[in-house]
Amino acid sequence: MNQEIFKDNWELIVGLEVHTELATKTKLFCGCLNQFGNEPNTNVCPVCLGLPGSLPVVNEIAVYFAMQLGRALHCSVNRSVFARKNYFYPDMPKDYQISQYDLPTNLEGYLELPSGETIGIERAHIEEDTGKTTHIGTSGRISGADYSLVDYNRAGVPLIEIVSKPEIRTIEQAKAYVSELRGIILALEISDAKMEEGSIRVDANVSVREIGENDLRTRCEIKNVNSLKSLGRAIEYEANRHIGLYKNGESPRQETRHWDENAGRTRSGRSKEDAEDYRYFPEPDLVPLNPSEETITKIDQEMPELPSKRREKLANLTGVKPSDVALLVERNHDVFALDVIRRGGLPDQVVKHLVNNLSAGLGELTAESLAQLVQMENKSEITSTQAKKMLGELVQRGGTPAELATELGFEAIETNEIENLVDQLINQHSDEWERFCSGDTKVQGFFVGQVMKATSGQADGKLINQILNERSTSK
Amino acid sequence: MMSEPISPEEVAHVAYLARLRLTEDELSRFTEQLGAILNHAEDVEALELDDTEPMSHPLPIENTMREDTPSPMLKPSDFLPEAPAVEDGRFLVPKILGEEP
Amino acid sequence: MSSMVPDQYQSASEIAELVTTGEISAIEILERHLNHIEQYEKDVHAFNLVTIDEARAAAEETDKLIAKGERVGPLAGVPVAVKDNLCTEGIPTTASSKILEGWKPPYDATVVKKLKEAGATIVGKTNLDEFAMGSSTENSAFGPTRNPHDLSCVPGGSSGGSAAAVAAGFAPIAIGSDTGGSIRQPASLCGVVGVKPTYGGVSRYGLLAFASSLDQVGPFATSVKDAAIVHEVIGGYDPLDSTSIKQTSNSFLEVLDKDISTLKVGVISELMGGIDGITREVIEQANKAVSVLSAAGAQVEEISLPAALYCLSAYYLIAPAEASSNLSRYDGVRYGLRIDGANLNEMNVNTRTEGFGDEVKRRIMLGTYALSAGYYDAYYGKALKVRRLLAENFAALYKEYDVLLSPTSPCTAFKLGEKVSDPMTMYVNDVCTIPSNLVGHPAISIPFGHGQDGMPIGVQILAPPMKEPVMYQVAHTLEMAAQ
Ligand SMILES: [Zn+2]
Repeated sequence: MNQEIFKDNWELIVGLEVHTELATKTKLFCGCLNQFGNEPNTNVCPVCLGLPGSLPVVNEIAVYFAMQLGRALHCSVNRSVFARKNYFYPDMPKDYQISQYDLPTNLEGYLELPSGETIGIERAHIEEDTGKTTHIGTSGRISGADYSLVDYNRAGVPLIEIVSKPEIRTIEQAKAYVSELRGIILALEISDAKMEEGSIRVDANVSVREIGENDLRTRCEIKNVNSLKSLGRAIEYEANRHIGLYKNGESPRQETRHWDENAGRTRSGRSKEDAEDYRYFPEPDLVPLNPSEETITKIDQEMPELPSKRREKLANLTGVKPSDVALLVERNHDVFALDVIRRGGLPDQVVKHLVNNLSAGLGELTAESLAQLVQMENKSEITSTQAKKMLGELVQRGGTPAELATELGFEAIETNEIENLVDQLINQHSDEWERFCSGDTKVQGFFVGQVMKATSGQADGKLINQILNERSTSK
Repeated sequence: MMSEPISPEEVAHVAYLARLRLTEDELSRFTEQLGAILNHAEDVEALELDDTEPMSHPLPIENTMREDTPSPMLKPSDFLPEAPAVEDGRFLVPKILGEEP
Repeated sequence: MSSMVPDQYQSASEIAELVTTGEISAIEILERHLNHIEQYEKDVHAFNLVTIDEARAAAEETDKLIAKGERVGPLAGVPVAVKDNLCTEGIPTTASSKILEGWKPPYDATVVKKLKEAGATIVGKTNLDEFAMGSSTENSAFGPTRNPHDLSCVPGGSSGGSAAAVAAGFAPIAIGSDTGGSIRQPASLCGVVGVKPTYGGVSRYGLLAFASSLDQVGPFATSVKDAAIVHEVIGGYDPLDSTSIKQTSNSFLEVLDKDISTLKVGVISELMGGIDGITREVIEQANKAVSVLSAAGAQVEEISLPAALYCLSAYYLIAPAEASSNLSRYDGVRYGLRIDGANLNEMNVNTRTEGFGDEVKRRIMLGTYALSAGYYDAYYGKALKVRRLLAENFAALYKEYDVLLSPTSPCTAFKLGEKVSDPMTMYVNDVCTIPSNLVGHPAISIPFGHGQDGMPIGVQILAPPMKEPVMYQVAHTLEMAAQ
């Protein structure tokens, strides 16, 4: 799509609002358990049910987590005041949400993407989650429901909302931003950050403008995006919708729209009547938070190593580009990788295996065995295909690569054995050989395939090509 | 004659935001009464307040927080019997028009 | 004029002493009060609910403890009436609103818990203006309360039921809430003592919020000493209320009997004729109080509190703004009234339209307007600045003066129905009491003489935050002189 945009001279502008549920023991304003999956309305008390007379008291750990994230995003941590956001909706027990408005905890920071680009952070504030509404009826969707049921177990769970500046220009950046933010949250251990389970929720503010324009055009807020993939699809759909409208001489209306994964489109949410007027005002039941210098210093000193730092460290040691080790860091395999390298594994090959050939976790794989595997491969004792297979086995059941190679019969085939095979093939397929020698590289695959077939895939592809080339030039 | 600080349309909008329905009579009565109160409030215009900090709370205290430790929770039988409509341990509400804000 | 007021009150401290020493049982005290209620309540209508069974069980429990020789609290066996906007576990708590009729909270307000722990016998839930919005208790969905001194008059409000209950001798102590004068004004109109403590001095946990930054729970009593005793019982830090103050002041009783000759008292000129609408007889009584304090050796001077002129305006924006948000939760989903509708929005609207009375609707709309986009700065924002100005006025005065004095209510109790049609006229009743709420300072109203109609007049003593001891001390001096 980006090409399409460039072709038409349109530029994509995205700002992201990411909500993350904090992994505290109890809720934000009461001592109810912050737990997922319990019987409906069992993790509740007068406060999170919004019963008349109840009052909120802030959870200090939630505040601490928020400040940690703020500092990790290079924000200033400020004196903050909670505010009420007023609107009627049954999943909100008080019919207002306690949030932060003009004086949030964290302001003005940035996030560094693996590519080295930075995206500005406007703010990261604390607020409470809502309950869960289930729509009952034939469709299961809100529009076709006969009635709805409300469970307040999630009401009052602490959230941080991280608001980026509208500085994201491509879908890839948007995705990278969310993964990187997730990485930071995981490194801080403040949330399990599972997008599919809703512990991270992403809303995208999307607009477009013609290249060269300075002002931002009308944006739409896209909600209900449940994976990185749908984030990309939703942004793409919405941007094209805007471009389509402008091309027709129309303009989009500023509104909240919902991503419909199945239909692959966004839909307009609310009626016009509900023009957003949240009547924010300072929450009189809570007092301001004013963290001391010492608290902020302590947070900075105790900051765990964040993904960008870890990428940099690994890149420096391996000589691989930081962007290429991003996945490795994201999977928390960087410490392991460094261990493998220390034990003699070649850096770029170690990174290659960990990034490309490892679908799940490390399992039974040890640093020592991966180091040995890489060395065997490097000495051509096994082929890269064999190494990949063996890696899978080592992850599943452990053991040493040497024993495993014997067990699997993955001992490298002698060079002269392959030379013999190649010579046989040249004799049997003289037509193909002529074509190969006259420069038709398409038949190269044919010869390699035949050798592989004869050796049950155990021959080293590189070696076959080398022999083929030798034979053709000496012809 | 005093200016009209609030129009019937504005009162109707405010009633909508507050989830209240007004009859024609109520609309004109409330418009007049709210207007009188707002007119009275205009007296603060006499004050020079530009350099005054707003005071949203009478106490100067800050940082009141609690530890992240669980406290007793309610049982559904403590509060569900008070609910107007319940199904499967959850609060039942009529069909919702429009998505969540 | 038909008065329901007993010739003499028995004080709470006396009852507690008699019960604790076993001279009289808690149940006997209770039955005596229940009889009195039985006889006069139908005329006064101080209560939304008299909790006879629970009260008897509590009194019997107190007697059992005493029989076993166990320690009992300072309110052992003292009947206490509680305003019906304080949560009582398993007992209907309605705020005198149709929208909450019959609602049984699953928990006790902190104040209620503390009263029970102190040995008090809670006798019932008292009537109020719906959600404490009013100055006459005529805004109750369950009918008005009448002034025990003259049944054709209002008891004041919004804690009219509590004031009337104490005045009628239904209970020596009642608990109320004061957002703009809702304890002090009815105390003044009913001839009893009423206290609004320092904001944060008494927990608000379990108080159905009207305006959270102004609400404060406090006692009604027949004497300053009783009020101070109850204040000590219900006061103190509560971890469930973030706005509760951690440091607790010394005993309120320690300096009660000390002479006041070293004190400086400021008399608020704006409330002694500076602002229109305060009647001459009320000002006269306040002047008599001034003479009493001078005679007792205090240095008394007239002072100016210029921002007092704008308090009414600020209050009638701030309180409705907070109320509009606090009352959103009454939506027919989780508790209380539901009037069905074709969809959620209709149900919300039907429930709230049917469930709230006019005054509540008026304030919700006013507050919604004051907070709405485009008007916030002009109304709510400006009101918050007036509040700061007032706080600065007070702070300057308290550098020099220990307490301030003014009338409590601009007039004596008015007739039922006299002021219901014009909200503005009703609001002016709060003009003397509102300043203390806006800044969170303590204030007390004590009975001081009568008007030409024979109805009680109250005088108000204002003190700096957490300085209740000196407030009680000065009030006690006036009380002695009044008797
Ligand atoms: Zn809770």
